[in-house]
Amino acid sequence: MAYQPVYIVDGARTPFLKARNAPGPFSASDLAVQSGRALLMRQSFAPTDLDEVILGCASPSPDEVNIARVVALRMGCGHKVPAWTVMRNCASGMQAIDSAIANLQAGRAQLVLAGGTDALSHAPLLYNKAMVLWFAGMMQARTLGQKIGMFARLRPSALLSPVIGIMKGLTDPMVGLLMGQTAENLAWKFAISRQQMDEFSVRSHHRVVEGRAAGHYGEIVPLVDAKGRVYTEDDGVRLDSSVQGLAKLKPFFDKKYGRVTPGNSSQITDGAAWLILASAAAVEKWKLQPLGMISDSQWAGLDPAQMGLGPVHAATPILQRHGWGLNDIDAWEINEAFAAQVLGCVAAWESDEYCREQLGLAAALGTLPTDRLNVDGGAIALGHPVGASGARIVLHLLHVLRANQSRRGIASICIGGGLGGAMLVETL
Amino acid sequence: MNATTYQHWQLEIDAEGIAWASFDKAGESTNSLSSAVMNELGQMLDRLDANPPRGLVFRSGKAAGFIAGADIQEFTRLDTPEKALELVTRGWNLFNRLAAVRYPTLALVRGHCLGGGLELALACRYLLAVDEPGTKMGLPEVMLGIFPGWGGMLRLPQRVGPQAALDMMLTGKSIDAQRAKRMGLADECVPPRVMESAAKILLLSNKPRRPLPFLQRLLNGPFKALVASAARKQVAKRARPEHYPAPYAIIDIWARHQGNALAAPALIDGIVRSSTARNLVRVFFMQERLKGFGKETSFQARRVHVVGAGVMGGDIAAWCALRGLTVTLQDQGMERIAPALERAYAAWGKRIRNKLQLRDVMDRLIPDPEGQGAAQADVVIEAIYENLEAKHTLLSKLEAVMKPDAVLATNTSSLKLEDLRTVLAKPARLVGIHFFNPVAKMPLVEVVSAAGGDPEMARRAAAFVKQIDRLPLPVRSAPGFLVNAVLGPYMLAAMRAVDEGIAPETVDEAMLAFGMPMGPIELVDMVGLDVAMAAGKELAGADVEPPRCLLERFNAGHLGKKTGRGFYDHASGSGGKGGGKGAGRARPGLRPEPFRPVWPSVCSSPCSNVYSNSSMRVLLRMPIWPTPG
Repeated sequence: MAYQPVYIVDGARTPFLKARNAPGPFSASDLAVQSGRALLMRQSFAPTDLDEVILGCASPSPDEVNIARVVALRMGCGHKVPAWTVMRNCASGMQAIDSAIANLQAGRAQLVLAGGTDALSHAPLLYNKAMVLWFAGMMQARTLGQKIGMFARLRPSALLSPVIGIMKGLTDPMVGLLMGQTAENLAWKFAISRQQMDEFSVRSHHRVVEGRAAGHYGEIVPLVDAKGRVYTEDDGVRLDSSVQGLAKLKPFFDKKYGRVTPGNSSQITDGAAWLILASAAAVEKWKLQPLGMISDSQWAGLDPAQMGLGPVHAATPILQRHGWGLNDIDAWEINEAFAAQVLGCVAAWESDEYCREQLGLAAALGTLPTDRLNVDGGAIALGHPVGASGARIVLHLLHVLRANQSRRGIASICIGGGLGGAMLVETL
Repeated sequence: MNATTYQHWQLEIDAEGIAWASFDKAGESTNSLSSAVMNELGQMLDRLDANPPRGLVFRSGKAAGFIAGADIQEFTRLDTPEKALELVTRGWNLFNRLAAVRYPTLALVRGHCLGGGLELALACRYLLAVDEPGTKMGLPEVMLGIFPGWGGMLRLPQRVGPQAALDMMLTGKSIDAQRAKRMGLADECVPPRVMESAAKILLLSNKPRRPLPFLQRLLNGPFKALVASAARKQVAKRARPEHYPAPYAIIDIWARHQGNALAAPALIDGIVRSSTARNLVRVFFMQERLKGFGKETSFQARRVHVVGAGVMGGDIAAWCALRGLTVTLQDQGMERIAPALERAYAAWGKRIRNKLQLRDVMDRLIPDPEGQGAAQADVVIEAIYENLEAKHTLLSKLEAVMKPDAVLATNTSSLKLEDLRTVLAKPARLVGIHFFNPVAKMPLVEVVSAAGGDPEMARRAAAFVKQIDRLPLPVRSAPGFLVNAVLGPYMLAAMRAVDEGIAPETVDEAMLAFGMPMGPIELVDMVGLDVAMAAGKELAGADVEPPRCLLERFNAGHLGKKTGRGFYDHASGSGGKGGGKGAGRARPGLRPEPFRPVWPSVCSSPCSNVYSNSSMRVLLRMPIWPTPG
């Protein structure tokens, strides 16, 4: 059956706020509410007219497990609009869009708010196993003597070495590698140098700065906190980023000997992004003026140790279905989890061997032109609030296409655990 | 089950032998204790005396609210001292009788339980509060210039200690269910889903009441005089006995007469039939009438758009969000809107303890730098700076995007509706919704109509004002509308007196002695000398010479409280008046006659006979007595 396109009516996101070693000013639901209510406010329909709200979130806090429902109610969608949370790690936001597409195509919904949010700075510290066992013992202690005995057995080393939730989340549970180590794998496999990675990263920062100046970031809704402080821009972007500066950073994941540093990786960030998706019937009913449409999507799996190549595996089938080469796509957004990983994707498509063995193609697919890839920069400069990024790149891609008056683009994202997701976006 | 139906009560004895007395006042939406209701309560007690139940539970038969208090209509008929005495006697005796029955009694308090209603609940052995936002307990009699004479002055101090009790009785403020439990007023605080079961268990528990802490017993016994003297000092800071005798009487009746007003019949007559009480009761009914103006249409706003995030616009927006509306707040850029949000966070953070409720309020207050919310709003309020051209540009932009049936309002206090509306395609739709500063404390809101205006829009504006718990006062478009037209000449006359060489303190003292809650000169400082200057020109005309004392200070940049200095020095932190004590004495020759009846020409409603001392107070709501809420 042909893929029935789904309309993107509008979209918005928060500024992405870099985690600075302490919980940031907004929780994941605060981020989603402030951007979502501003988006809904400017629509011709009321929040209660939505058919459902779908929100991707990789790390909702324990008191907001179905964070989509919390957010929907806070935004005034009312009791009767269902809401659910989806989780596909780094592609949770893209998954939310894809789930909305599925329901729109099936006729189960006409108007859906979908997006992603994460406040990684709020990621919890957890008690380690020794402490959990100590608490269990404490619960069983009945007498004062037993309790004092328990305290005598309390080891400060156990108390003071919490499990850092986010490090767990960023470690592959199958192969035991940190995400940055999977990027090291790609750098090794495709012989990508530290210099290349750092150059790519500097370009990302510079492109954001230029994009900002050109007004390409109109998708951002400023945030205001309880103290009246205003947050208008992605605050991880460095105006003064330089290769010399980045060269000073030490490898973080493979200490001493590796190539991947915090400077050529995406930043740990808080943020949210939303899209309003509609069927043709809803567009007519509410007299909407869509920005564009999503006309194909694809998920793919691959070796978790090389998860960064996910976009290659997800985008290639879309190209094949339409008989297109890399050149036929006017603009690409490939989420910059790591510089090595995006460069790895480009290298994989250029590699006869990889395309033959992994994609079943006759030969290399070709070269992805640099001037069509992440033209306004990416997550290395903006940050990667895991659940939100997939929604952000789809939204931003559409804005890029409209700004350049071009036709079609692909947004793609690599996913921890060995997955890739891609969406074909077209202007009308 | 065995049931007896009275006109206002239903008495059921259930299978366990518990009597349930449900109060559902006939023909009224709210339960109040009229003489007929009290008579029937007596009859019920007679019946239960003859055949005692295992216990008796009082509850409301209404969907909302327990008992709002005594029937205030009856107060207006107390034309002789005998009738006043009789009213107090009847309630005092009936509740004493209820307190003395041999079977256990319990008040199941859900919703408001005020005045006589709380006195009834206090006469029961147990008080069970239902934990809902609407549950409020208080003795607000003082706000009507009277006292809780049906046992409140006796039993509340016994139950919560004299300090907490005096605080409630002297301010009239009410408390919620959880607070009532914490301070010992309620024996339990339970969610509605278990209230019947909790009522039964508590009623039959035979549990003694928690005794008052030792210190509180001392204060309610041998050290009463100390507490009373401290309370009198507190009261003296807020009200003068000659204008406001009720709080003094409450303290005296508690301290000297064991809470029994009947022991001081002279006090009863002096209070109940005092002009203060009569006027405050009148104010009460006038407020009810103002509320009535908001009931002339079924219009209900869901979304409000406010333009201008300054003090007025920001506070109007924050107030609307507090009252449950979704509000978009527009100004030029997020930086201008953010301070209004910060103020709202701070103000509502103090007011709302529950973090989730606070979060909901703030979620409804949406910054809108591009004005995108106007298109979906049911009410749009313009509150930008007072400039005709700027307002013209804004109003025509707003009209272009607004829903055709939405209310378009201006909060202007100095520009004429007739001039503002010229740019509109439908000039008739523009109304004035004029709030006073501070919005959260000023219940009166003027709803301004100009000649040829659409009356339905004025009705909708009034309904909106009522919806956000403010009092709509319909007025015609005329300089100063009603309130400022009354206030302006008054303040002008006060400043002319200063020009004549009378000290500001003396002028203020004269008006305080007359009964005003704040002196006119101090009021100028509060309002701001710049505002007074502009309003004066608007009201008196540009060719009228402003008072010299105003002009000098204005030119020197002393604009009042906001700049730390005006007529008085506010920077010192002492709260104002600089002059020596002698300056504050009223001079016998100074007569409080600055009023000129200018208002009949501006008031379009029949509630025009509002020209009295206490009416001024309701108009301005400068705390006559600590303002509720």
